Amino acid sequence: MKTMRMFLMALMAVVLFSAANGPGEGYKVGDYATDFSLRNIDGKKVSLAQYKDAKGFIVVFTCNHCPYAKMYEDRIIELHKTYADKGYPVIAINPNDGDKQPEDSFENMQKRAKEKGFPFPYLHDASQEITTAYGASRTPHVYLLNKDKKGYKVEYIGAIDNNHKDADKADQKYVEDALGQLLAGKKPKTTSTKAIGCTIKWKEA
Amino acid sequence: MKYILCFSFLFLLTFSAALAQEVEVIKYPQLEKLIKEKEKGGKVKVINFWATWCAPCVKELPHFEALQQAHPTSELEVYLISFDDVEKLENRVKPFIKKRNIKSTVKLLDETDYNAFIDKVDPAWSGAIPATLVIAKGKRKFVEGELSEAELDKLIQEFK
Repeated sequence: MKTMRMFLMALMAVVLFSAANGPGEGYKVGDYATDFSLRNIDGKKVSLAQYKDAKGFIVVFTCNHCPYAKMYEDRIIELHKTYADKGYPVIAINPNDGDKQPEDSFENMQKRAKEKGFPFPYLHDASQEITTAYGASRTPHVYLLNKDKKGYKVEYIGAIDNNHKDADKADQKYVEDALGQLLAGKKPKTTSTKAIGCTIKWKEA
Repeated sequence: MKYILCFSFLFLLTFSAALAQEVEVIKYPQLEKLIKEKEKGGKVKVINFWATWCAPCVKELPHFEALQQAHPTSELEVYLISFDDVEKLENRVKPFIKKRNIKSTVKLLDETDYNAFIDKVDPAWSGAIPATLVIAKGKRKFVEGELSEAELDKLIQEFK
């Protein structure tokens, strides 16, 4: 019995250990996403549960240093301006380790948010546990969540649109389209897309 | 005199530019052709996706250069596929290649609709760079993320 228990504990330790190390599978569309409590640039912790009136969230894994993240900053601000009032605010999360990528340190996040006047929280996933749980693999990487009785259901995973260089030339606005469909009480037509982005800068193991 | 100086300067500039390799700008169908094209014998194709602004990509570049230097192109060919924007070709990509004296073949992929082709390159690719695709003898292996010299060597050994 004792050996059995020890074996089980060892097995659990292995499972936990492997889950906590680097990029795993993460969420798929239809899964329920975990809430979190991460430090915002103002020093206060932010969690999804604080947003009592939200219908859902536009969770964006983004950062300071990545050129693609920079090219999408204004579009992320616009998304928040358009959809926060409709019940879907942006929650930006920087998944990168500040030691590995100094430009993405907490202090530099504060600086960048101020320069750009981010109207949404910009959180640091210092332990990278949330990034691992979601399965974010690049910046920028969007997870569109819809609140239902069971929790925060993942409705869309992927890119913001299909032209990183020029928002006006993007003829597919994935996140806007998905939000439009959710607001109309429908399921998003396109539920996952891919885009070129920067790798997550994981802590040294 | 001034004109002559000016002219010789221009001449030198053109001449030195000619020494650095040309960078072909390609679209996805050309990349697809490169990936799918059957090679003679056991030639190994190593296709690395990178950009000048991508720190981990730049860090692993010397390993790919060393790999190419160690093999004749008839046995193994490295293709460095840059995701830099085509607008940066002259003032960023070409100077970068010249400064680092990159000898492997460099092509710039001028595309914006990434979702249209990432899965076609490899379904396992999330879109993050660097990423590397190795193809030989009907076998292929895809790796996302930075490779150390030892990891790249190990990957290549699987194809020999």
